[in-house]
Parts: sequence; C-alpha cells; structure tokens
Amino acid sequence: MLLKTRIDEHTAKGNGNSGTEEYSGKDFSSDQDVRWCPGCGDYTILKQVQNAMPEIGVDKKDIVFISGIGCAARFPYYMDTFGMHSIHGRAPAIATGLKTTRPELSVWIITGDGDSLSIGANHFVQLLRRNVNVNLLLFNNQIYGLTKGQYSPTAPEGSVSKSTPYGSIDHPFNPLSLSLGADGTFIARAMDRDPRHLQKMLQRTHAHQGASMLEIYQNCIVFNDGAFELFTDKKSRPREAIYLEQDEPLIFGKENDRGIWLDGLTPRIVNLEEDGVSKDDLWIHDEQDKTKAYLLSRFFDQPRAGNDHMPRPFGVLYAEERPTYDDGVNAQMDEVIERKGEGNLDELLRGPETWRVD
Amino acid sequence: MDAKDIVREKVTIRFAGDSGDGMQLTGSLFTNTTALEGNDLRTLPEFPAEIRAPAGTVPGVSSFQLNFGSTEIMTPGDNCDVLVAMNAAALKANLGMLKKDGVIIANTSGFDKKNLNLAKYGEENNPLEDGTLSDHQVIEVDITKLTKESLKDSDLGYKEIERSKNMFVLGLLYWMYNRPLDSTIEFLEKKFKNKPDIAEGNIKVLKEGFNYGETTEVFTDKYTVRKAPIAKGEYRSVTGNKATVLGLVSAARQSNLPLFFGSYPITPASDILHELSQLKNFGVMTFQAEDEIAAVSSAIGAAFGGSLGITSSSGPGIALKGEAIGLATMLELPLVILNVQRAGPSTGMPTKNEQADLMQALYGRNGESPIAVIAPGTPSDCFDAAFEACRIALEHMVPVILLSDGYLANGTEPWRFPQQEDLKKITVNFEPVRTGEETDKFLPYKRDERYVRSWAIPGTAGIEHRVGGLEKQDLTGDVSYDPENHQKMTKLRQAKVDAIAEFIPEQKVDSGKETGDALVIGWGSTYGSIRTAVRELIEEGMDISHAHLKYLNPFPKNLGELMEGFEHVLVPEVNNGQLVKLLRDKYFIPAKGINKITGRPFFVDELKQNIHDALSSTNS
Ligand SMILES: Cc1ncc(C[n+]2csc(CCOP(=O)(O)OP(=O)(O)O)c2C)c(N)n1
Ligand code: SF4
Ligand SMILES: [Mg+2]
Repeated sequence: MLLKTRIDEHTAKGNGNSGTEEYSGKDFSSDQDVRWCPGCGDYTILKQVQNAMPEIGVDKKDIVFISGIGCAARFPYYMDTFGMHSIHGRAPAIATGLKTTRPELSVWIITGDGDSLSIGANHFVQLLRRNVNVNLLLFNNQIYGLTKGQYSPTAPEGSVSKSTPYGSIDHPFNPLSLSLGADGTFIARAMDRDPRHLQKMLQRTHAHQGASMLEIYQNCIVFNDGAFELFTDKKSRPREAIYLEQDEPLIFGKENDRGIWLDGLTPRIVNLEEDGVSKDDLWIHDEQDKTKAYLLSRFFDQPRAGNDHMPRPFGVLYAEERPTYDDGVNAQMDEVIERKGEGNLDELLRGPETWRVD
Repeated sequence: MDAKDIVREKVTIRFAGDSGDGMQLTGSLFTNTTALEGNDLRTLPEFPAEIRAPAGTVPGVSSFQLNFGSTEIMTPGDNCDVLVAMNAAALKANLGMLKKDGVIIANTSGFDKKNLNLAKYGEENNPLEDGTLSDHQVIEVDITKLTKESLKDSDLGYKEIERSKNMFVLGLLYWMYNRPLDSTIEFLEKKFKNKPDIAEGNIKVLKEGFNYGETTEVFTDKYTVRKAPIAKGEYRSVTGNKATVLGLVSAARQSNLPLFFGSYPITPASDILHELSQLKNFGVMTFQAEDEIAAVSSAIGAAFGGSLGITSSSGPGIALKGEAIGLATMLELPLVILNVQRAGPSTGMPTKNEQADLMQALYGRNGESPIAVIAPGTPSDCFDAAFEACRIALEHMVPVILLSDGYLANGTEPWRFPQQEDLKKITVNFEPVRTGEETDKFLPYKRDERYVRSWAIPGTAGIEHRVGGLEKQDLTGDVSYDPENHQKMTKLRQAKVDAIAEFIPEQKVDSGKETGDALVIGWGSTYGSIRTAVRELIEEGMDISHAHLKYLNPFPKNLGELMEGFEHVLVPEVNNGQLVKLLRDKYFIPAKGINKITGRPFFVDELKQNIHDALSSTNS
C-alpha cells in the first residue's frame, strides 16, 4: 500500500532477518512436544513442511501458519514460525484478513477434511474463488480424528464410524472437483506416505501465486487406518495411483505398461503392450487445461480389485495464473490514493456542507 | 386576510408519502434550511421494510420526522404537530403519530379511488370526507394538480413533473414556518447542474408552493420558531452511522494504523460498510465477507498482522460472531465489533429499534469471556464512542463491542465536528525485533501493570510465536490444561478488562443534582428522551437527576458511589430490563426498570408518566 503506517515503520526498522537461508528443516521445529498418536500420518507431513521451509526462500519472520481445529490443526504449534491455532473451519477467513493487509507474508493454512469441508466449507470455496495468495494444506483422513472417529464429509458412502454404526448414507465430497468448481487456481494432491513427491508438491504449492490447494491423503492410524492403503502401499500403488507430470503421457502400472487414452472426452485405460497404442497416442498432461483437469478430478472410483477402474491421480491437476485477491485489493487502494491523494481527515470530518453559529 | 404569525418553541413535522414521492429529500432540505436558521433539531427517517413495496400501499410508505426548536432539541420528537400525507396510505400509516388537534396537509390527488383502495380504506371511505379526522385540522391541497399546472409550459416529461410535487410541499411549509428558499434553490441548481430544465422546474414549483401559502386563504396561521441558544462554532449534520465511520477512521489516523473492516450486509449496519468502502485513500480496507463469521475472522487475521481490525453487524450477525469474539478474547488481540442493534430476537423487526443486545454483548459467548462494551447516546456521540472503542481495543489488547442502534444510526443532528488536532493520540507499541543477544526469552503473554500483553506482529524477527484458542500458560502462551493456570488466566483476562476503568472518565450526572431523591440511569439511544423528560420534571419541581452510561463494561469507577447518593434508581430501557439487572447484580441496589419494547423509542411524555408511576409505586 502506498500509504505508510506504523506497520511499515515497524517492519522497516531493520527487522532484519532470521537468517533462514542457513537453516535446515530442524530449525523450523518449535520447542513444543508433538502430540499426535504414534504412527499418525501428520508426522511425515510436518517433517516435509519443515524441510520445505528453508527451500522456499522466505525469511522465518515472514512465515505464518494458521489452522482451524482438529488433529491436523495442531500443526502450527510445532512450527517455529508465526502461527495461530484458531477456531473450527475459520482459518481461510482469518488468513484472508491477514494476507490482504500484509501481502508480504507467506501464509499457510492447515486444515482437516472436517474443518474445511463441513464446518468451514463456505470459507474454503470463497478463498478459492477469490484466489487469495495463500497455501492451503488439506489433511484428508476421511474421518474426524480429534473428536474420536465420526465419519467426515470425505468418507465414502457406507463408512462405518462411531456415528454411523450401520454405514454412512451421505455422498462424499470430491475435494478436487469441488475446488475446480470453486474456480481454484492451483489444485494438487499428494500423500503422506510418499514424502519425496509431497516435498515436490509443497514447493509447487508455495511457488504458485494465488490460492494453492494441496490435498494430502493422511492416514489416521487410530480411527481410519488404511483408508488410502491401496494408493500408499508400495505393492498396489503402481496400479492404483497415477503420478501426473506436465507434458508427460498418463502412464501407470507396475511396468509402466498401462496408459490413459482420451477417447473424445472419455478416458480409457489401455495396455501399452497389448492394445498397440504408443505413448504418443496417450493423454498428455497439461496443467493449464481446465477441462482435462476436471476429467482427472473425476478419477475418483473407489479403489478395488480388478483392472477396470481409473487410478487416482497425484500431482498438480490444475494450475492457472489469475490475479490474486490481495494484489487486487492493494492495487485498488493505491490507485484511489494516486487519484485522490492521501485522505485529509479534517476535510472528511467537515463533510460536504457546514454552517456557522455565531 | 393575512395569516396570523404565531411563535412556537418546538415543532415536529412528519413528511410521509410513497417511497417514490421524495419525502426523504424534502425532509432533509427542510432540515438544512432549519439548521441554517439557527434552530436546534433532530431528525429520524423511517423507510419501508420492503425494497419495492407496491406504490400506494401502506408497506410502501416512507416518512421523515423533524423536530426543531428555539430550545435544546434532543429527540426527533414524539407525536408530530404537522403531518404531510402525500397519499391515503401515508395518512393511514402515520395518523397514529399525529398529535390530537395536529395539522394534516393532505394531497387530495393521493386520495382518489385508486389510492383509497390501495391503502385499504376502500374507495367509499375517504378519510378526508368521512369525519374520521375531526380531531385534527385538515388542509386539503391538490398538490399533484397544482404541480402539473405550474409546469404545464415546461418541456419536462410526465415523470419529471410528477416527481417535482415534493417541491410544492416544501415551498408550502417554508411559507408556513417563515423559512427562506435560498439554500434549497442553491441545492437544486447544484444538483441539476447538467439538467437546467429540471432545476428550473423544481425551483418554479418550490416558489409556487410558497406563493400558494401566501395568496390562498387556506391557511389561517403561520409560525415562527426563533433561533436556539446553540454553542458557537462550525456545524455539520451527521447520522449515527456516519459519525461511527468518522470515529473509526479518526482512530486509525490517531494510531497510525491501517484500518481493516470485515463485514456482511445487514440492516441497519450496512451503511457503515458502504461509507468505509469509499475511504480507501484513508488507508481503509473493506472486505465484504461471505458471512458474519468470516467477517469477524478476517478482522482477527488483520489484527494479528497489526491492523486496526473492525467488524460490524446487527444482533443476528453478532450471534454468529460469538465464537470468534471469544477467540479474540483468548488471543488478547485488539478487535472492534460494531452492533447496530435492531428489534429481535431472531430476525425480529429489522427496521425497528431496540436496545436488547446488552446481555449478548456482555455474556453472549461461551466460557468466561470478558470484553469491553461501550454505547453512544446520540448520533454525533457515535463519533466519540467509536473512537473510544478503538482506543480501548488497541491500548488494552481486548475486543470491544460498540452498541449503537437503528435509531442512532439513521437519526441526524447538528454536530460541532472536531479538528484532527483536538483528537487524542492512540498509543500503539509493537513488540520490537530481537537479535538473539537478549538474555531473556520472548514471552508473548507477559503483561504490563495494566495486565496488557504486547502486540507481537509477524514480520518481526526473533519473536516468532504461536497463539491460539486453547488455554495458554501464563507468560509463555504454550498450551496448558493446568487447573491452577486456567484459574489464573481467567482472572487475568477479567482483571485486564476491569483495569480499563482506570482509563475512562468517571460517571457524571447529566442533569440535576449529584445527590437527591431519584436518579434515572440510561444507556445508549435513550439519552435524548431521558434528558428531555428529566429536565422537564426538574422544572416541574421534582427532585430528580439523570446519568447516562457510555461505558457499560467496565462501569466507571464511581458509579456505585454515585447511585448511593439517591433514594431511588430508575432505569428506562428499550428492552425487557437488562442494564437494570446488571446494576442490581453488581451494586445490590433495588434499581427499578422502565421498559418499552414496541420497536419505537421512548416518548418524552410517556417517560415522564412512567417515572411518576415508578416513583409512586416505590414510595407507597
Ligand atoms: C464449533 C466447533 N464445533 C465442533 C468442534 C469439535 N470438533 C473439533 S475437531 C472436529 C472435527 C475435526 O475433523 P477434521 O477437520 O477432519 O480434523 P482431524 O482431527 O481429522 O485432523 C470437531 C467436530 C469444535 N471444536 N468447534
Ligand atoms: S486420531 Fe488419527 S489423525 Fe488424530 S493424531 Fe491420532 S492418528 Fe492422527
Ligand atoms: Mg479429518
């Protein structure tokens, strides 16, 4: 903002530098004991996020983690950055206020599937459509962990949980389709059990200018163990998961022997060996193609035995450059200041019309 | 025969017509002229609840009341002396607001069969003819026809001519009250600078309205209201919502902070959002959030980052914000919450007035969650109250609720506006940067002697820390479930709010003596009615005083002592008894409530009667 305030004075006063460049992931771990259940997927995500921090080139003092409520939402306590553990579902709204007023900060939202897709679903979609330049990490474990095991809005139909002893009736959200529907500008998926890929996705999430939505499959070992096992297990992963790479054909399978071919708008699985299809005929991944991104987000079959269902995509489904909300707001403020000049309080207090009493 | 000129001390005029009849403008122009003539005044508009209620129907009526006089005027007036009724519906909706033997100026074209049917009188029952108005003095003028007549040679279209009829009424009233036309003419010339024929037409009709009074013998009386003894100085007219906006922007200036305003539209608070959104060049950022929860949450996010974070709503929205206000209480961040109250519960009566959210402000959150509460007493007092709300929030790191209401929000009064140099400075100190050479550790929940923690904003090296809604350990801010610590922190948060009492003015008696028989204590928008009623009672020989609370949490230090100086304490409120409960609870006094819950403010006469009744029942 053109108008200088106490915040600018304060942050310009040689607030220097926490020397982040020389840091390693360890330097981002706070002095608090981590309290997740042993074996919880949150641990590996925490580690990868800590490792990502020295890489992103932002000074520690300028990094803020904001979370809602849930197991995942404890996350900010474990990061030695600025942080706020707020209230259930509202982190996107809090982050919007912070990022809009302090666009120079790197703001990260940590949220669970319940936090962002039930109680906070409104804020989640609004954040995406506005395209606030923040990074949202959605820890999806298909369960309410903190409240001890009720089904969540991402739990598949028929899920048996504490609150659905006979199986859940309601149809789940597909978070990536939802995000696309909300006109999100960066939509990606990763999993806790593939830290290298997760690390790559975290870097991409940060690099994107705009609201970056990274869904991370996270295993809740206590209440929903193995929910994503077919994707995370090294044996089944090649069959059930497909990793997306920009400009590369969609290939998966143990021997990289299977591909996806687009028949009009219908994706079909082909066997590279048997069906006589060459790699060049396959669907080539293009992050900027929204229609294809939508088709990819619909690869949402329940993993199951057999070969007739689509693998679940991991990687960046969609990335688009669109002006960010925080930039827009600040640019508009500057434009008005340039046009009208900095406001004169005495003139404002006088108003358009006055009279004297003598 | 010339009309008799009668001198009046106070006059209340009510302009009523269809939403399209321009009654708000007519009222405002009469008000401006009246202010320039040196009268004291108050106004209150009343808009239809529906946006486009069918023309000619009762729900479509819009009205504007002005009370002016040669003495102090503190309310928009009770019942009116003059009712302008542009059509049958306007009469029907407002007749109850007219004094017995009051004057009705009726536009007879508005009482044709069609209008009588629309107003649900039925075409056979014209109130102008059937004797229902025999208690009043009815002046029938065919305003529509006279306006058309006046503009018959102009090039204006049917619509524009139709729209000019409010100028005829205005001219007529200017004649009746001996007011000059110049300021209105000047206004019209300016407003229609690019449409000179409209300006000309309006001015012509205005003058003909005036001349009509002068030349016809319909009117037997005209009135003079002399100048009021008003403090010298420069004045402007201001509504409560506008004054609130100015108070907020001034506070941002005086603290040199950016102002972030997160809000979701709701009657009668929306104008604050509209006004602030125009002030970007004052460093004001407005955010129209997806709901009230996001609105308050965004303001908390901005406050975490070092901005003056403000959110606004009315009762239903404040209910939604409750959890987040609790978060701000726990985080100990500055936050200003504006509640422009309306009649509840639930959706209640959005366009009607009530001050029933005091308990919500004080207690409407889970857990022990003390925050400061402050309430303006008049439209212009919204400026001071809004400024104070920001000052307290910023200097004490605490959420503050400002309780305005629809009556203040839309009411106007003359305001001797301040200059920036008259305003207090607001002290804000951000926690400084740490180099690593310090011997002590940064403690985010360390407090000063006022129990206030420091504002540690992101972007400051060496003080990276985490805050949250979970109970935190004293000093370190780490999560803590320690029983003793929770008790300590609960007491500390309370002590911090209580300590604000040291930084606000002591309670003064507004009218009457410092001790005596009866003390009337009010808060918020009842100020004008109570003050007028008590002053009249004093004049009538009663031993009675009035004190008006602006600071509702904490109360001023001397409030208990002040009340002890009186035999009786009466508490009039436009609710079912809220402040009265707080006073009884805190000070163990047998305070007595006087309550009105009709969606309308107290009338002075009714309040005087209620005070008499309350005292006689106490005495017996
Ligand atoms: C307003 C409110 N309602 C309910 C709760 C209880 N609650 C806390 S966390 C949670 C669900 C969390 O699920 P999820 O977001 O998936 O996080 P996880 O624990 O699985 O990481 C609920 C219902 C609360 N803290 N606040
Ligand atoms: S309950 Fe589940 S999600 Fe929560 S910490 Fe334990 S394993 Fe992790
Ligand atoms: Mg979950």
